[in-house]
Amino acid sequence: MYKIAVMGDWDSIYGFAALGMEPFDISDPLEGEKKLRELARDQYAIIYITEALAAQIEPEIERYAEAGLPAVILIPGASGNTGRGMMAVKKSVEQAVGSDIIFGGQQEE
Amino acid sequence: MSAKHVNPTRMELTRLKKKLTMAVRGHKLLKDKRDELMRQFLELVRENKALRERVEAAIKAANQNFVLAGAGMSKEVLGAALMTPRQEIDLEAGTRNVMSVEVPVFRYHTKTSDPNDIYCYGFAFTSADLDGAIKNLADILPDMLHLAECEKSCQLLAAEIEKTRRRVNALEHMVIPETKQNIRYITMKLDENERSAQVRLMKIKDQMLEEAHHYSRRAEETAGR
Repeated sequence: MYKIAVMGDWDSIYGFAALGMEPFDISDPLEGEKKLRELARDQYAIIYITEALAAQIEPEIERYAEAGLPAVILIPGASGNTGRGMMAVKKSVEQAVGSDIIFGGQQEE
Repeated sequence: MSAKHVNPTRMELTRLKKKLTMAVRGHKLLKDKRDELMRQFLELVRENKALRERVEAAIKAANQNFVLAGAGMSKEVLGAALMTPRQEIDLEAGTRNVMSVEVPVFRYHTKTSDPNDIYCYGFAFTSADLDGAIKNLADILPDMLHLAECEKSCQLLAAEIEKTRRRVNALEHMVIPETKQNIRYITMKLDENERSAQVRLMKIKDQMLEEAHHYSRRAEETAGR
């Protein structure tokens, strides 16, 4: 059985506890990297990370992009949507297709 | 191009010809694989984008409610309200095979079947905004899990497509032309050897006939008469 973790600053994540996810109140990048590594080894299949924290520990997150589980997914935090999560989707389009064909058309609209 | 040394022998030629057929077949297969992967990827990534937009909007709405709740209650009370969650999610992770890429499939069960178990606090001392925020999150939960599944699949597929594309390109632009070049080189070399052997034989035949019948001396004699 797998579990779901949510990492980020307290204000952004405490609500997820009510749904049965496990919140980890982390705003320090070093601690975040350590915790992420720990959670990835443990029985967590999905780790949601707030965009603000993810921005600081990007190399660590990249490591899990091409591995199997866990899935590391960015979510907007309380401080607002930085568009980083969408950027990640865009990046994988660019990686696969060579150029961005999904988002490019939309910005012109 | 054929700077690499190849032995101009028939054995090497057969080997190279086999290698070429294999490379051509592999190239075709990999190209088909890449095209199919790309089709699946584009489908998935469109879904991923739609899901992400929905999830981000819902989380934004939830966060607005959380901020309102935080304004109405002290942080301690808020923390205490959510300290002992009643609900738990059991996640089952299977895999689905998309063109030999194992992508995850998540199924989840909640520990209790009552949807109201997300409210793990008494309603008397908490703000109504908190209920709204948590309701927002609970509503988007299936989408969030789906997003995780979808986004992970996209990442894995993207990596696989990149790998396949490199392989296709390596075959198309390196292996196949190089092998063709080498085959050409060996064929030419063998033909050349054959021609030179033939010429040598003709020459020797001439010499031997000359020794046996002394054609040239006889010709001189006939001319002298």
